[in-house]
Amino acid sequence: MKDMLRQIEPLIPALRRYARSLLRDRSAADDLVQDCLERAVGNWSQRKNDNPRAWIFTILHNLAMTRLHRTVMRPRHIAIEDVQEDVYAQAPSQEDGLRYRELLQALDRLPEEQKSVLLLATVEGLSYAETAGVLDIPLGTVMSRLSRARERLLKEMDGEHSATVAHLRSVK
Amino acid sequence: MSGRPITEEDLHGYVDHVLPSDRETEVSAYLDAHPDAAARVAAYTQQRIALRAALAPVAEEPLPPELDLARMIARRGRPQRMNWWTSIAAAIVLVCAGGAGGWSLRGPSAPREGIAAVAREAAENFAVYGSDQSRPVELRAADRAELVNWAAQRLGRPVTVPDLTTSGYRFMGGRIVATAHGPAAMFMYDDNRGTRLVMLARPMAADQNAPMTPHAQAGINGYAWADNGLGYSLVGPAAPETLHPIANEVRRQLSRQI
Repeated sequence: MKDMLRQIEPLIPALRRYARSLLRDRSAADDLVQDCLERAVGNWSQRKNDNPRAWIFTILHNLAMTRLHRTVMRPRHIAIEDVQEDVYAQAPSQEDGLRYRELLQALDRLPEEQKSVLLLATVEGLSYAETAGVLDIPLGTVMSRLSRARERLLKEMDGEHSATVAHLRSVK
Repeated sequence: MSGRPITEEDLHGYVDHVLPSDRETEVSAYLDAHPDAAARVAAYTQQRIALRAALAPVAEEPLPPELDLARMIARRGRPQRMNWWTSIAAAIVLVCAGGAGGWSLRGPSAPREGIAAVAREAAENFAVYGSDQSRPVELRAADRAELVNWAAQRLGRPVTVPDLTTSGYRFMGGRIVATAHGPAAMFMYDDNRGTRLVMLARPMAADQNAPMTPHAQAGINGYAWADNGLGYSLVGPAAPETLHPIANEVRRQLSRQI
């Protein structure tokens, strides 16, 4: 179990980040991570996967999907305007903060399966093969989802940017 | 140069820094010669940097105490597995302070009334007693008559113990537990693999009759409903598709008794 503490504990901040990005709710995300860790503690000795990071992200992802797909007491989609300001922690400067907020809002508009791939491969730094394993999808699907996620996010951000520019022009 | 054509996958791999260094050199040369692809890769790279920066603060927050892995492991090692320390602490305080005192402990977001409250109370009691290895129930199955009597006295109305043998669950026994809405009867069941289920029943102020509603709380699934002024919730770690027919069976048996 010492072994487990050494290998899993450093991953907890990343698990929180992934859970919060998916659920967009701080306490629900931490509950999920707690549940994930409890399960990991219970199953550590029986695990077959020799990659602890991929293993624990798989547990977390599956719990998150179960929760997102069956939550009844809480509405499944929270309008972005209703998300508390502090769901994602504050960004360094105001200008960056605004840009990051737009980016995260655009991220939230991605289809869930594209969002997962983008988060795991880009933010969490899992390899494409690990991402495929966590999501239980073929490598080719990881690549096509990653590609679509990036394109769509670029378009969304571009759209917002052009809209802002257009708005500023029309004001002049 | 390997001469292998550059693929879309290579471009993404380049953005994510996962290419072997010789391939990275090849992609780099390709991008020098193809400004369109280079612009796209630059945009992806910017996007990657911005996403990581936007989400980085979450990972930098100090960890809340409930995510203390060392403590979870230590707890696991003890003979009495006490999952959910906070629930246990809350339950002890509730038992000491009695039902009325319990009100002050309720979080602002906790559902206060109706079957949502029953659902939450059932999940909380499952968290406390469902993981108890030494004394999960006060009165065992053999003392069913005494338990039913006790429940009837405290709840002020008869409560029957559903029989779940056909669903593969044995009746273990039960106890009276404290909720913010007064005493509730808690019955516990287990199957051959030791998976436990808890059914909670208590009189209802709001939602005297309510359709069956699924609920989930930190990995515990449940179905709650109310019939003729009594609210019920069946909870456990089983999947909703397993739990739902059992809850239907419980409801069928209980409605037959009334």
